[in-house]
Amino acid sequence: MSARNDILNRVRLRLGADEAAARKQRVAAVLAARPGQRQGPRPTERADLLGEFRRRAEALASTVDVVSGWADAPAALARYLAAQNLPRQGVAWPALAHLDWAAAGLEIRIGAARGDDRLGLTTCYCAIAETGTLMLLGEVDNHGVTSLLPETHVALVPASSLVWGMEEGWARLRAERGAPPRAVNFVSGPSRTGDIEQTLVLGAHGPYRVHLILLQDA
Amino acid sequence: MEVKSLQFRARAAERLADPALQSKLGGAKQLFVGGRARVVAEFDSVGQAGDFETLRGIGAEIRDTALTDLDAWLEAFEAKATATGATVLWARDGREAQQLIVDIAKRHGVKKVIKSKSMLSEEAGLNEGLEAAGVQSVETDLGEYILQLAKEPPSHILAPAIHKNKEEVDELFARCHGRPVTPEGQIDIPALTREARVALREHFLSAEMGITGGNFLVAETGSVALVTNEGNGRMVTTLPRVHVAVVGIEKVIPTLEDLSALLRLLTRSATGQTISNYVSLLTGPRAEGAVEGPEHMYFVLMDNGRAGLVGGDFQEMLRCIRCGACMNHCPVYQSIGGHAYGWVYPGPMGSVLTPLYTGLEQAPDLPQAATLCGQCSIVCPVKIPLPELLRKLREKQMETELRPWQERWALRTWGFFAARPRLYALAAGLGARALKLLAGGKASIRTLPGVPEWSRGRDFPAPQGKTFRELYAARRPQD
Repeated sequence: MSARNDILNRVRLRLGADEAAARKQRVAAVLAARPGQRQGPRPTERADLLGEFRRRAEALASTVDVVSGWADAPAALARYLAAQNLPRQGVAWPALAHLDWAAAGLEIRIGAARGDDRLGLTTCYCAIAETGTLMLLGEVDNHGVTSLLPETHVALVPASSLVWGMEEGWARLRAERGAPPRAVNFVSGPSRTGDIEQTLVLGAHGPYRVHLILLQDA
Repeated sequence: MEVKSLQFRARAAERLADPALQSKLGGAKQLFVGGRARVVAEFDSVGQAGDFETLRGIGAEIRDTALTDLDAWLEAFEAKATATGATVLWARDGREAQQLIVDIAKRHGVKKVIKSKSMLSEEAGLNEGLEAAGVQSVETDLGEYILQLAKEPPSHILAPAIHKNKEEVDELFARCHGRPVTPEGQIDIPALTREARVALREHFLSAEMGITGGNFLVAETGSVALVTNEGNGRMVTTLPRVHVAVVGIEKVIPTLEDLSALLRLLTRSATGQTISNYVSLLTGPRAEGAVEGPEHMYFVLMDNGRAGLVGGDFQEMLRCIRCGACMNHCPVYQSIGGHAYGWVYPGPMGSVLTPLYTGLEQAPDLPQAATLCGQCSIVCPVKIPLPELLRKLREKQMETELRPWQERWALRTWGFFAARPRLYALAAGLGARALKLLAGGKASIRTLPGVPEWSRGRDFPAPQGKTFRELYAARRPQD
């Protein structure tokens, strides 16, 4: 007998072989009815999504700046890089190609990050206020590597992408795409480890810094 | 992984006598226990429609929904995952899982594998299997990387290298990375972390295959959910052209909302975080036209003893979401560390799982390695009654005569008296008077005859000469 049938048969026998059909029906019923239903308590939603997102993101060691719209982002990024004494070169998602990075004195390449890129620029699909988390979809043009390989990740977060919890992110995903793409990544601040003497160190494998530029009118 | 639980007593004794280990365990306890308490209290203060306790109930319910209809959930998951373009394979045990993964590596011409942390792959001895087949396998979780260099097994499911201090890590890196040992007092933990980052970055960019475990399998979407803080889970599932997720058959859950609820429980219980840095939901291979993500995605669903727990006395154990809270709060784990337990899973969950998965005769001391203080079941995010399960294992040991004859004889003798109240009163009266004599006027007895070893660490309060029943009868107002 194949390993598959052997394992499933063992489970089936232990749960009662006669009730296998009933179990199948129950599962089909749950899968038909339950997606979209919230499970259990969660932190109470605050009216000020932007304020709560900012507070939570900062608690997880992200830094946050608030500007008005897309057009203000290049200058805001230039200010951040100068203040941190970071290089002015980077790589951005194609969705950010329309912004005038050069006018702010930045050299931004459009494409997927490589191992030697120091700065990665992305937007986000949703920004989750409950935990200060970015929800990123790994799709054809939204390269996951850009938020992962560079030492600095800067995300442009339009206020219209703010939602309260992960559940609202799932709801938007179901409504707009039906099924999830290959990768849905939730990012909450810089990469970290505590594996040596439980001492917190930022920048384990991913970015050392996550900087969020909130666009309050976008 | 080889089971060394038969040597539990010797291994535990060694660790108890190791002051360096004791201090490492103490530090970690502060961090994990304090961290959890803080975020749970915070959740209680802001929770809508219930507190953390309510959420624990929901967590248990979600896991039970999956376990009571497990065969049907697995088939639903398989159908969905296959529809997304992933290949679902099944392994009865660790050896079969090894073989399947070696075959996948060969099929795709893989020479180097990068791995994110997976306790299941430790069960299967996966690294050894890959190395034997000529495939290099690199652990990428910092703790696991350290242990792979040191050729040691993990001693905690979240912080696998909890038993190593920075001096030991520096010495290891010096030897393996070909550099001098850092002078005493100048070892810098961020610098060590950066050193590992640089060494591993090269592997991330050159490996052809990534292997992960899975925190959850979502039946609704046919996906695997992964939780990491370092970002290595993302690297392993984004960069190589093949992704293999090796996951236990019990890890399936129904929906994405169930995942969100369980994540709130998992990260708070594990590390005291409101969310882990990286949570990834991975579904099928890369889309057409995409420039990243694996071209091939495989699931290896492993049984290795799990099916035998379904529908029986120990099914509740299968709810486990591997947060580690039970060991973080366990006075026994806190005293002996993870290695003493002798297999993959330490602490209370390990004391239940090791005998069930590897055989009660392989781990006769583990069900006894608990004070039954109950802390573990109080903090378990999915309400597993761990002390109850340990007690059931002890009963099984008695039934199958796996305990020493002295212990069985003693309990049988006690049982004989307990079933005969008059005789019991007589014996208890004699015993109380004999022990009073033995105490010789002192308040406590230091060593009990017959069990000198057991009583060495305990003082026995000296009886005052009369039994409770005698005192009760004397004090009861006469009608």
